[in-house]
Amino acid sequence: MPAYQFILNGQTVSVEAPADLPLLWALRDMLGVTGPKYGCGVGVCGACTSHLEGEAFRPCIQPVSGVAGTRVTTIEGLGGEGLHPVQQAWIAEDVAQCGFCQPGQIMAAVALLRKNLDPSDADIDAAMSDNVCRCGTYVRIRAAIKRAARALREGGATGEGSR
Amino acid sequence: MLSRMADRPRQNEPVSVVVDRRRFLTWVVASPALVVAARLGLDVPEAGAAEAQEETALNLYIAIQPDGRVVTTLPRTEMGQGITTGVAMLTAEELDTRLESVDVRTADADPRWVIQLTGMSSTMRYLAGPIRAAAATARARLVTAAANRWHVLAHTLTTAHGEVIAPDGRRAGYGELAGDAARVLLLLVSPAPKDPSTYTVVGQPTGRIDARDIVTGAARYTLDLDVPEAVPLVVARPPTLRGTVRDFDASAALAMPGVLGVTRLPTGIAVAAHTYAHALAARDALRISWAPGPASHLSDADIRNRLRDAIGARPLPPLFTARTLEGRFDFPYLAHAPMETQSCVARVTEDRAELWLGAQDPKFAQREVAEALGWALTPHRVTVHTARAGGGFGRRFFAEAAVEAALASRALGRPVKLMWTRNDDMRHGRYRPASHHRILAYLGANGSILGWNHRAAIPTVEFPHGFGDALTAILGTVLPEVTSQVFFELTQHVPYRFGWVSQELREVSIPIPTASFRSVFTSQVGVANEVFVDQLARELGRDPVELRRSQLKSARLQAVLDKVVLEGQWGRALPPGVAQGVAVLEEWDSAVAHLVEVDVTGAAPRVLRVVIAADVGLPINPKSIEAQLQGAAIDAFSTTLSAGIHIDSGAVREGSFADYLWHRMKHAPAEISVHLVRSDDRVGGVGELGYPSAAAALTNAIARAAGTMPTRFPLLDPGV
Ligand code: FES
Ligand code: FES
Repeated sequence: MPAYQFILNGQTVSVEAPADLPLLWALRDMLGVTGPKYGCGVGVCGACTSHLEGEAFRPCIQPVSGVAGTRVTTIEGLGGEGLHPVQQAWIAEDVAQCGFCQPGQIMAAVALLRKNLDPSDADIDAAMSDNVCRCGTYVRIRAAIKRAARALREGGATGEGSR
Repeated sequence: MLSRMADRPRQNEPVSVVVDRRRFLTWVVASPALVVAARLGLDVPEAGAAEAQEETALNLYIAIQPDGRVVTTLPRTEMGQGITTGVAMLTAEELDTRLESVDVRTADADPRWVIQLTGMSSTMRYLAGPIRAAAATARARLVTAAANRWHVLAHTLTTAHGEVIAPDGRRAGYGELAGDAARVLLLLVSPAPKDPSTYTVVGQPTGRIDARDIVTGAARYTLDLDVPEAVPLVVARPPTLRGTVRDFDASAALAMPGVLGVTRLPTGIAVAAHTYAHALAARDALRISWAPGPASHLSDADIRNRLRDAIGARPLPPLFTARTLEGRFDFPYLAHAPMETQSCVARVTEDRAELWLGAQDPKFAQREVAEALGWALTPHRVTVHTARAGGGFGRRFFAEAAVEAALASRALGRPVKLMWTRNDDMRHGRYRPASHHRILAYLGANGSILGWNHRAAIPTVEFPHGFGDALTAILGTVLPEVTSQVFFELTQHVPYRFGWVSQELREVSIPIPTASFRSVFTSQVGVANEVFVDQLARELGRDPVELRRSQLKSARLQAVLDKVVLEGQWGRALPPGVAQGVAVLEEWDSAVAHLVEVDVTGAAPRVLRVVIAADVGLPINPKSIEAQLQGAAIDAFSTTLSAGIHIDSGAVREGSFADYLWHRMKHAPAEISVHLVRSDDRVGGVGELGYPSAAAALTNAIARAAGTMPTRFPLLDPGV
């Protein structure tokens, strides 16, 4: 069986798996990284959203072979030692209800803010509408993104820690 | 209130505590530290006091540990409603300790918990009294212990931040007093809970205590648990609802890499493998011949016809009726579609079973699993651990996943972690039933309203788990056998002075599995009523708010309606194609009103702004109330506009969020403001409250913008 090496949350890992094995299962079942959730397995809910080279992507439809040699960041690797400003904003706005969608929501929001430090409502609609929240936390997600954007603009932090 | 038994010094003598004019028994459980129990349930009559310690029912426990930490154990499941935070707040408040010092644990399934069902907005209503009583008793014991130790008058002592403090500045932490407090024979201060007007923790907007775990990915749901050796398991399911296996050939699947075993279950064929990817691939390689399920002769049109036929002829109108208005409404089946699909980890050995799942009713899961394993008479062999659940909404009252996982674990001889795929969850779930409604409003010659007749045809809703404390809360007693009919009667009310009012449920037997949904019958009956009230206003040429104000019977509803009219600026000038709608609901000891502004100029209606006013009595945590009401509004808008289930020859058409069109960020209003109106200190329900009037207010706004009343939901469904 082929082995694929990549950098996961700052550490080099290697998995032996068929080339087409979706990365989500390599993460969850082989590497024990359970932050990315299964919500659909077909790329329509966003529960698994993580970062590939800093861009939001869906591990449930990404074959493991395609991430060889790249940097993958899951929610576990976002904050480094402390909390990322987006995570802080999520706590401040008390966004979560059941919480199941939130790792994916946070990763999508971080990717948005990395490109756009002052997103309009329309920008937020466009960037965040691939993620479902069944508990309906959208109003607070929007508020948290704006709060994080303010913090990032003022603090000059750049979302470091998302390796 | 002081113990009526304080003069009979027996350590375990129950203390009776009154909260909100209801009486709760509390007593000390023998323990090295201090553990106070409170009887769960209703106010107990004086005569019941002597039986308090009997182990016929488990209780709520508050333990003060030697290190000063406080542990509250309760029979409920956290599913995103913020229960644990609310319970911690009540405990910290009454005890005068820090919120961070309180841990909240959910108990494993145990038949001795009288009711262990999380749902129907009951949790906080049901638990608040006992928690306050137990915590206040614990505090009285701690103060008494300190008074005895220091030989000072107990009433001169105060408590704060987990310490008892004497006027001379001496202090003792709760942890070091706990042992003595457990042995106190005579309480020297009252165990009466605080007056809510003095609260400093309860009522403050408080963030969830598990927020950090959630945002860091550390929060563990069922399939994130690390149960040694448990292997991924998926189940191949029939194309139709409740279809069955005729026969199958697993040879190709078993030859695939990573596959650990295949077994037949009553519901399909289970495949275990090293990863879910392997298991899913092998599942696709199974060759199965299916027998169609019991609904395979039914599609949407058949079901709608059956429901319409069940409505029957019009009853005779009341005397002096000059005009009868008729409204007809169709609601679709709905899937609960919690973000976390059904799942369960199970380890079954020869004579024991251990399960982990996010059950809304772990006791029911325990019973079902015991029965499936042939242990109906010895259910204690089954241990059910409740895990954090990724949303429940009524779906997790049921335990299909637990039964499947237990059977597969036994057959395969190893622990398994069963995951339903999203398709499984959408297509083999249980559904909020479809319904058809006929409302007749009888008008007198002068425009007076003489009567209101609402007949609802609804497929029978399955409640094998019972109604839990929802009914306890409504009736003040536990009824063992309650049918849908009785539940309908008890919960469905018309809050207006509409003369001769009658509402009837016509149950129709349709072999499609059902389950209660947020707000149960009110998600249809209550919505239709409020939409038709607006139609009535249109027909009478009256303003919908003015008509409601003139006919509402309840002061609480008047108050919340007034609040949204004020905050939402009812009647303000709006651009063409934008309109406002209102609706109200009183239920679960709470009252709520919604004002919705919608824009119908685009391809699909877009909700612009929502103003909610709610009277939930004592608001324990305003933040979690706000979250619940905002979430319920999104549910209501999703299912009113776009999300509905279609049945094609006994199969569910929708398979994921790609075609079950739940609202996403781009559909959600930018603002949903919540205003709390407080009429008294009862604890009202919140979880179910916010759905019906949100759906109705949106529909009413669309009707006002478009000039016609929508009658078929979801409104954007092309109806094919
Ligand atoms: S699980 Fe990956 S998008 Fe749904
Ligand atoms: S918080 Fe429950 S699905 Fe988003």
